[in-house]
Amino acid sequence: MKNLKKVLALLFVAVLLVSTVAGCGKKEDSDNGGSGSSSDESVFKIGGIGPLTGEAAVYGVAVKNGAELAVKEINEAGGIDGVPIEFKMEDDVHDAEKSVNAYNTLKDWGMQMVMGTVTSDPCIAVQSEAANDNIFLLTPSGTAVDAIKGPNAFRVCFSDPDQGTKSAEFIADHDLGKKIAVIYDSSITYSKGIYDNFVKEAKNQGLEIVSAEAYTTDSNKDFKVQLQKAKDSNADLLFLPIYYQEASLILKQADAMGYAPKVFGCDGLDGILNFDAEGTEGVMLLTPFVANADDELTKHFVESYKSSYKETPIQFAADAYDAIYAIKAAAEDAKITPDMSASDISDKMQASMLNIEVEGLTGTIQWKEDGEPNKEPKAVIIEDGEYQSLD
Amino acid sequence: MKKKISNNMITYGMILLFYVIMQVMISTGSISSLLQGLLVPLCMYAIAAVSLNLVVGFSGELSLGQAGFMCVGAYASAFFTKLTEETLPEGPRFLIAILIGAVVAAIFGFLIGIPVLRLRGDYLAIVTLAFGEIIKNLVSVFHVGVDKSGIHFSVKDAASLNLDEEGRVLIDGPLGITGTPKNANFTIGIILLFLTVFIVLNLVNSRSGRAITAIRDNRIAAESIGLNVTKYKLMAFVISTALAGVAGVLYSHNLSTLNVKFFNYNTSILILVFVVLGGIGNVKGSIIAAILLTALPELLRELQDYRMLIYAILLIGMMLFNWAPSAIAFRERVKDKFKSNKKEAA
Repeated sequence: MKNLKKVLALLFVAVLLVSTVAGCGKKEDSDNGGSGSSSDESVFKIGGIGPLTGEAAVYGVAVKNGAELAVKEINEAGGIDGVPIEFKMEDDVHDAEKSVNAYNTLKDWGMQMVMGTVTSDPCIAVQSEAANDNIFLLTPSGTAVDAIKGPNAFRVCFSDPDQGTKSAEFIADHDLGKKIAVIYDSSITYSKGIYDNFVKEAKNQGLEIVSAEAYTTDSNKDFKVQLQKAKDSNADLLFLPIYYQEASLILKQADAMGYAPKVFGCDGLDGILNFDAEGTEGVMLLTPFVANADDELTKHFVESYKSSYKETPIQFAADAYDAIYAIKAAAEDAKITPDMSASDISDKMQASMLNIEVEGLTGTIQWKEDGEPNKEPKAVIIEDGEYQSLD
Repeated sequence: MKKKISNNMITYGMILLFYVIMQVMISTGSISSLLQGLLVPLCMYAIAAVSLNLVVGFSGELSLGQAGFMCVGAYASAFFTKLTEETLPEGPRFLIAILIGAVVAAIFGFLIGIPVLRLRGDYLAIVTLAFGEIIKNLVSVFHVGVDKSGIHFSVKDAASLNLDEEGRVLIDGPLGITGTPKNANFTIGIILLFLTVFIVLNLVNSRSGRAITAIRDNRIAAESIGLNVTKYKLMAFVISTALAGVAGVLYSHNLSTLNVKFFNYNTSILILVFVVLGGIGNVKGSIIAAILLTALPELLRELQDYRMLIYAILLIGMMLFNWAPSAIAFRERVKDKFKSNKKEAA
């Protein structure tokens, strides 16, 4: 008798538990685990994934803001062929496993397209899931080569290798120097990816790498040894394919030892002016977006961004803004409707991405079959504490 | 004795019940994508927690390097899978990958265990923490590629591998291994969890297991009756690392990207938290805590920015409820009341 009661109580608890968990699944989409197929509401559901908390939160939040701004504008102007967009961003803490969880959460929500993920490693994991489910994915800022491996995946920014190649081309074209010294972070994808391809392309462009010194994230405070080597090698130009925190230290330490090289960096240096502008005078960098550019589009974007979020947008916000407009352009070209399944949308969008041309904040972009964007690199030089175009 | 056996049966039954419920939900389509995606990680964390419990709970040593051994297992197995991707069929390949992950992690556990297990308490904790970090840093400098002429190896960069046209880079230094096929699924995860629990429970209830717990309880007394302390400690440690390696295999074959960033001391501490919350020396508790604490932050996603805050508060609350002396006394009182009520009813 006693035991029976116990068993009954246990069963009761089990049933309760199952019903609550099952309830979670049923809520948004009754269709087999909610793989994003056919929702009857007439909106396009775009899901965003990125780090909204943790060390990389700056990037994720910028992407969220940029995308929301674009969505708001599009909806006010009548949406995609009259259909409004709904945008929802989930946090992935810059971790691949959490990113897949975020992706699945969005699938339960009924997401039809992914705008993300913001960072490279999580993007590799999510794009492989999205490729399995055949959901269209456009990453604003995932730079790793494998981040857009599947046919369903595209990106707005340059890949790491492309940045290395474009940097070498730019330096050679603008005759910024022949003998190059490089200091890079061998422990992160971004820096190493750029370095590897910079070296390759430098050979073709007739540039000579006279010193290449690596450091790792565990030893990113003291750069005197690397700087001394660069100085001793008589380089014309110091190439820094790294993030701005370290670059700022390097510039200060170079200044302290009386070494004033010409410095060229990539989009990782973007943000250095907000971080610490000391010693940055004359630094050149390759960045797709300049907040003080005087074209109408940028002016309008910066103004509305500032009024909504009280800060100057960084490149990530611009990438996300362009990504949403690219999705709009491709969706209009593909003539998709919200009642199509996510897989059908993906098939049509893949084809249409190759047809469209987007006049975006980060340049006029067309897409190639491998998902890479085709656009002109932009470079700026820091003068009087502000970016000036370097063309 | 009987109580112990029935207690073990509850543990097995619990895993089985969990599996059956989830399978029913999957086949009826009432499971959310989120939960379905979480199933393999849940098994992975549960295995890791049970394996660590063997060292912390039964052998009585505080180890903070569990993530390092998961890392070894993950890399070894993913490397093997990538290497034989085109030559072996999926089923046997994954089986061999699991074995390789376990064996390589066990070898590392053995090599590290010999010097490390001479230490005790806090010292052991710090040294295992350091070894975990060493493994992580070591793995992140390896570049391995394969082409027609065989396997190339470098600690500098991928370009210095000198691969020919068709060569593939398998391990790309800090970028790790990408594109590992997704071979792990829930059924395999549950089978591995079942095996892990089976191994640990059987070891603990065996002659060797009693020796291990005897050494934990009183080292001098155990030594005086002729137990080989080093042997038994090492046995528990190596088995634990092998099982952690299996958890690593599940991790690497569930995501298509693998790099050392995940296997830092935060992950080691997280697994220790599972063990402590579930109860040191309590296998069932480890599994429940691992499942609960892995699923919780995901189920709290509705709360947006407050998610991690609430998670931390809940964690503190659960720890207090489980382990604060007054909370234990309160639970006892409630239990007694429940029991006496029942007696009256019966």
